[in-house]
Amino acid sequence: MKFGVVVFPGSNCDLDAYHFVKDVLAQPVDYIWHQEESVAGYECIILPGGSSYGDYLRSGAIASFSPVMKAVKDFALRGGLVIGIGNGFQILVEAGLLPGALYRNTALQFRCQFTYLKVENYFTPFTKAIERGRLLKIPIAHGEGNYYVDKDTLHRLEVKGQIIFRYATEQAEVTAAANPNGSVFNIAGVCNENKNVLGMMPHPERAGEAILGSEDGKMIFDSILKHWEGSRL
Amino acid sequence: MRPEDWRSMGLKDEEYQMIIEILGREPNYVELGMFSVMWSEHCSYKNSKDVLRTFPTKGDRVLQGPGENAGIVDIGDGLAVCFKIESHNHPSAIEPYQGAATGVGGIIRDIFTMGARPIASLNSLRFGTLDDAHVRYIFDGVVSGIAGYGNSIGVPTVAGEVYFDSSYQGNPLVNAMCVGLLEVEKIKLGRATGKGNPVILVGARTGRDGMHGVTFASEELSEASEEKSPEVQVGDPFTEKLLLEACLELINNDDIVGIQDLGGAGLTCATSEMASRGGSGMEIELDLVPCREEGMTPYEIMISESQERMLLVVTPEKEKKVHDTFKRWGLISTTIGHVTDDGILRIRQDGKVVAEVPARSLAEDSPVYCPAYQEPAYLKTTAALDLQSLPDVQDANQVLLKLLASPNIASKEWVWQQYDYMVRTSTVVLPGADAAIIRIRGTKKGIALSTDCNARYVYLDPYTGGKIAVAEAARNVVCSGGEPLAITNCLNFGNPEKPEIFWQFRQAVCGMSEACSAFNTPVTGGNVSFYNETNGEAIYPTPVVGMVGLLEDVQQHCTPAFKAAGDVVVLLGDTYDELGGSEYLANIHQKVQGQPPALDLEKEKALHKVVLAAIKQGLVKSAHDLSEGGLAVALAECCFTNEIGAAISLSTQGLRLDSLLFGETQSRVLVSVAPDKLSLFLELAAQNLVPAYKIGQTGGTNLQVTVDGAAQIKLPLSQLKKAWQEAIPCAMK
Repeated sequence: MKFGVVVFPGSNCDLDAYHFVKDVLAQPVDYIWHQEESVAGYECIILPGGSSYGDYLRSGAIASFSPVMKAVKDFALRGGLVIGIGNGFQILVEAGLLPGALYRNTALQFRCQFTYLKVENYFTPFTKAIERGRLLKIPIAHGEGNYYVDKDTLHRLEVKGQIIFRYATEQAEVTAAANPNGSVFNIAGVCNENKNVLGMMPHPERAGEAILGSEDGKMIFDSILKHWEGSRL
Repeated sequence: MRPEDWRSMGLKDEEYQMIIEILGREPNYVELGMFSVMWSEHCSYKNSKDVLRTFPTKGDRVLQGPGENAGIVDIGDGLAVCFKIESHNHPSAIEPYQGAATGVGGIIRDIFTMGARPIASLNSLRFGTLDDAHVRYIFDGVVSGIAGYGNSIGVPTVAGEVYFDSSYQGNPLVNAMCVGLLEVEKIKLGRATGKGNPVILVGARTGRDGMHGVTFASEELSEASEEKSPEVQVGDPFTEKLLLEACLELINNDDIVGIQDLGGAGLTCATSEMASRGGSGMEIELDLVPCREEGMTPYEIMISESQERMLLVVTPEKEKKVHDTFKRWGLISTTIGHVTDDGILRIRQDGKVVAEVPARSLAEDSPVYCPAYQEPAYLKTTAALDLQSLPDVQDANQVLLKLLASPNIASKEWVWQQYDYMVRTSTVVLPGADAAIIRIRGTKKGIALSTDCNARYVYLDPYTGGKIAVAEAARNVVCSGGEPLAITNCLNFGNPEKPEIFWQFRQAVCGMSEACSAFNTPVTGGNVSFYNETNGEAIYPTPVVGMVGLLEDVQQHCTPAFKAAGDVVVLLGDTYDELGGSEYLANIHQKVQGQPPALDLEKEKALHKVVLAAIKQGLVKSAHDLSEGGLAVALAECCFTNEIGAAISLSTQGLRLDSLLFGETQSRVLVSVAPDKLSLFLELAAQNLVPAYKIGQTGGTNLQVTVDGAAQIKLPLSQLKKAWQEAIPCAMK
């Protein structure tokens, strides 16, 4: 399965995503420069974390207008798998591929820490290989990860199963104390209605090897591989 | 020129005479400005050079010692580590966020200038006491500035140290260290060679910010300093990220001859140093320099410290390719001149020569001073500590709780949770341990990194304190499983023109040199920051050590945390009645007095040998060095991470109870050992003549310490951890 990692000026988790796919998943992967106008030939596009365009204007706002994003939008509309992590999530929101907005963390500080994620929908390309009831230990690192949608949208997201991950305690309780940034409903990751575009603030590519403290991020990508193999039959 | 002209730029009368001799005429205003910034203490090290020569700087692994933008050591496999620490104290005192941010930006540039990919940042911070609202403002601003720059550019901030003491009330210390990785054959130097080669300026436009920053750094702070806030530069990590990627791409493709960043003293420093190192001259056309504002004078352009700029020398054949590369990265690059062979730095504007100075005279020929020195009078008072009259501990529980809540000992999570310490997915040991460990991708190796200095010790005895700073850094690296390789240092002192301050400086350097020689950890570079005084009061002398160690197999690393119940707790090293300079004495008895603990370098080396061998052979499950707060605090810290308690049994054997529990005797390490490995471990210690005491067992949810059979400490871990964890967040609320 061929992955493409988009490089915007100011991306800084592009290397991590690249090595994750190459070394941990052992799948082919390329960097895709933000000026590219096509993403043909890729089966999954990763929008990595970082500070694209220095987070100027609003995080992700400028990157969402780069030439490659037009191609990514077309790719997503045709059902292609897209995962945006951290700044990548912010770009997907700014590009209108996902609902909501990401505000500054309620503590008004950057937060880097491990979080525990409760999986809310196992029937997506990003979660289908995850064992039921299994919490994912995956770190966050962001200053603007406070996810917001209005009440009606939240209700719609719930009904349509678009809420994918929520911050929980190590005991799997979704509580205010487990919420690192003030996100509505403890939301850590959401999908589009078609379930082929995922945005999440936690960084699964940082949780791919035991020596880094967790391998749980791999389960999300194992799901992607399983989905892709299934779709080829 | 009138005397006020050079004096207001910080030049002495005799220095002005030297300039006249060099030029054979009076300098014009632009030239005077260039000499003043290059001959400032910050750039020229004129007061410290002579003393710094005593540092050991050579070693088998040293590929680049002091004199370049950063030092480099060989780690095998064709790879090398490039590292340096630098101060940004005065800018941070005036504008904490930007001061700290540009400190990080500056040191990152120093690393990629050498051709190295920055892979980790560290810092060493000092602030006044947190009961002062202004100190809290500075502390908060500095931490968010470091976070803001480092997180955005994507270099993980993996370790550091933070201390609070009233001696830093008006003069915080912000020392930033960066570590990079490079292939040995791709080392790039800041040299301008090849007559006719184009000189390219790239990055941000030049503005009026940071004018005379180095002169500002070379004088004491006072009320008037607040008015100098326009002199603090503004950082743009996004531009620097683009510069970093573009420059490394060019260096990897071997497209450039020489490269240097523009930091202190801006274009004057970069042009004169590159020309001087290359034995060349340079001609620069100021009309070609992209400026942020109209009507900038030659003087302003030459000494502006606008951030995120680099100067490159390339061959004519590569000139277009270099400009194209920068353009692809969205950067402005301009050929602003060329290299000459006459050794002269010649600056033109509007076709006229506005400055014409031998490059070497700026970069190398500053005066060298040997300031007078004299043992400080305060030492007579501080040395007089009478332990007899000091009441011993009555309630060890309360003392331990109080020490754990001291901001100097308390958890620094409030600080490091604001730093992205994981980006680049190579951080194997996270902040909060004795040293950070970074794996080297593509190899089995790892590097261990630590910054250290107990300035209270240095204040009480600069020689011993200097030795301990190096020893503690080495001990932290060793406890993580790393073999110490080399150090960089940032020497923060008061005004060197005061004999008592210069005495501190000389003594501290002497102690550090001795320890560096003993551990075979040469000094590969660093930075001197003098004039850290507020209204005439100097900070504690604070010579910060940044150490790099090597792990041949990164899997064989170690952390301070107890790993399982039922393991044996062993204390390595003897304990003496040494309370001088301790956190206990300062915090519980409000005394900064006595002699700091003694340090025997041979004992320390033997300890390192045992701990390193034990970690490599898998004999110990945890290792933690004893520092501020002594044995009791170290035990508590080992318990916290995995919430595993311990039952410890000690005997005083003639020692005071406070010395035993809270004293800071050096060369001690606490380890936990699986019962089946105990005899092997004790044998290893005995072979190396390192005293090893079986003092208890891990397990339970309490920390319990009995001394001579009587319970002295018995507290639930939850209570201890709460005191330790909540101290700084509470103070900052």
